[in-house]
Amino acid sequence: MAFDKVELKDIEVWDGNFAASQAMRQCQIDVVAAYPITPSTPIVEGYGNMKANNLIEGEFVMVESEHAAMSGCIGAAAAGGRVATATSSQGFALMVETLYQASGMRLPIVLNVVNRALAAPLNVNGDHSDMYLGRDSGWIQLDAYCPQDAYDMNFIAFKVAEDHDVRLPCMVHQDGFMTSHTAQGVHTLDDDTAYGFVGEFKPMNDMLDFEHPVTHGVQTEEDWHFEHKARQHNDLMTKVLPKIQAAFDDFEKISGRKYNIVEKYDMEDADVAVVCMGTSVETAREVAGEMREKGIKAGVVGLRVVRPFPFFEIAEALKEVKAIAALDRSSPNGAPGMLFNEIAGCLINTPANPMLSGFVYGLGGRDLTKKHLVEIYTQLQANVDAGKLTTPQQQFIGVRGPKLSFL
Amino acid sequence: MANTGWDEFEIGAMLRTFEGEAGDIAGTLQEDRNYTQNSSFSASVADWRIEKPVFNKDFCIDCQFCWVYCPDLSIISRDKKMIGVDMDHCKGCGICVEVCPTNPKSLLMFPEKDDEEEVIAGWPEKEKKEK
Repeated sequence: MAFDKVELKDIEVWDGNFAASQAMRQCQIDVVAAYPITPSTPIVEGYGNMKANNLIEGEFVMVESEHAAMSGCIGAAAAGGRVATATSSQGFALMVETLYQASGMRLPIVLNVVNRALAAPLNVNGDHSDMYLGRDSGWIQLDAYCPQDAYDMNFIAFKVAEDHDVRLPCMVHQDGFMTSHTAQGVHTLDDDTAYGFVGEFKPMNDMLDFEHPVTHGVQTEEDWHFEHKARQHNDLMTKVLPKIQAAFDDFEKISGRKYNIVEKYDMEDADVAVVCMGTSVETAREVAGEMREKGIKAGVVGLRVVRPFPFFEIAEALKEVKAIAALDRSSPNGAPGMLFNEIAGCLINTPANPMLSGFVYGLGGRDLTKKHLVEIYTQLQANVDAGKLTTPQQQFIGVRGPKLSFL
Repeated sequence: MANTGWDEFEIGAMLRTFEGEAGDIAGTLQEDRNYTQNSSFSASVADWRIEKPVFNKDFCIDCQFCWVYCPDLSIISRDKKMIGVDMDHCKGCGICVEVCPTNPKSLLMFPEKDDEEEVIAGWPEKEKKEK
């Protein structure tokens, strides 16, 4: 069935959700199976609207749960189609079982995750609990800081995930409400350029290839399971980052927008640095600039790729830094934060010997204000001046009542 | 397969059904198809069966009821003649025995360890109808 193209303005005023919907439309997806949940609902709502207006050729399948949504995506991807969906929080949690199926079956599904807190207590606002829940699931995880990134990362996601050397599913994360519902100017690609970038879907081991029938979703016990998991981990560790870098390079050529596996701001001569993700990166950048006016050599490192964790790239970015703050927007529930652990891990066997402190912040949509970041940078500088950590290693930022800290 | 290395297989725990192209599946009998070693046709999926159906052709009328009802396509029939049971795929559910209309039945369930010739030698007699 023929579908109509859309003439976009060079700059559209879109929120992160609609930016993702438009990117999905432009990628000409074969099947979207989706179930709505705040704050990701407008992604599939907007997509469904475009489908109803004949702007989309592919199938839109309404299912009865997020578990069914991802299961439908898995079936469609195994059948041999370009597939995507979107979810958040509790819906993401319900998908978890099937997320592992998707990655283990090497199906290049794209999942837009609009980050939101996990209950209890029930909360619809943004934090990174759902993103962290998915970090061992075998998916590639890309992180958007603003609606522009949410639009662009969708193209990167399809391009990398569907590469026959990769064949791993990919999440595109954006912050609930702060990105998903905040309208900003988004530089667009025209429909042909966008589709040309991701290219026509090339099936691999698809069930609809009747001359070469295959069985998907098989059982392996102690005899073969380990080999499959080793192969999957190997491909995630060795093949994905070079493909992402190549996709970023190609994307820069068509869009003029340059993305990096690890985003560095004011890091050339930084003594103190904040490492964070999502919208916090943009706030931290602003504060780092202000700290520099006060004579503190402040920098920001933002993760563009959460999984596979850019181990060597992070170590390289932080090798000259004297004091580092790892900002985790998810309750670690009985451990240091993920970023604290990962950063410690990638620096431990290097000559770098920085002071590392972890901060848990922004749970359930609590704002991370500039004042909080000034406090963090001031602490980091105090550590540098004292030549040792002057605070506990894990602190809570922005929580009510007396100062809360651990470790 | 046993000595295949950790990265020497196709990704995704995906198994191919046939060596090469499938070809004329509908016009080719199962035993003549070029199944791979990994396909679920070649591999036994019947390890957990504890009771097995034994086929006694002396009483079979080739009605095909067992072939129609078997949920695992494990009744082998050629030219509408019952040949036997595919023991690599039969799970031992006993449905074939339930639906068998002959007297005595042409299929009966026995413990997995029983010898087939012995149980056929001791096959039950025809039951007399009670008036």
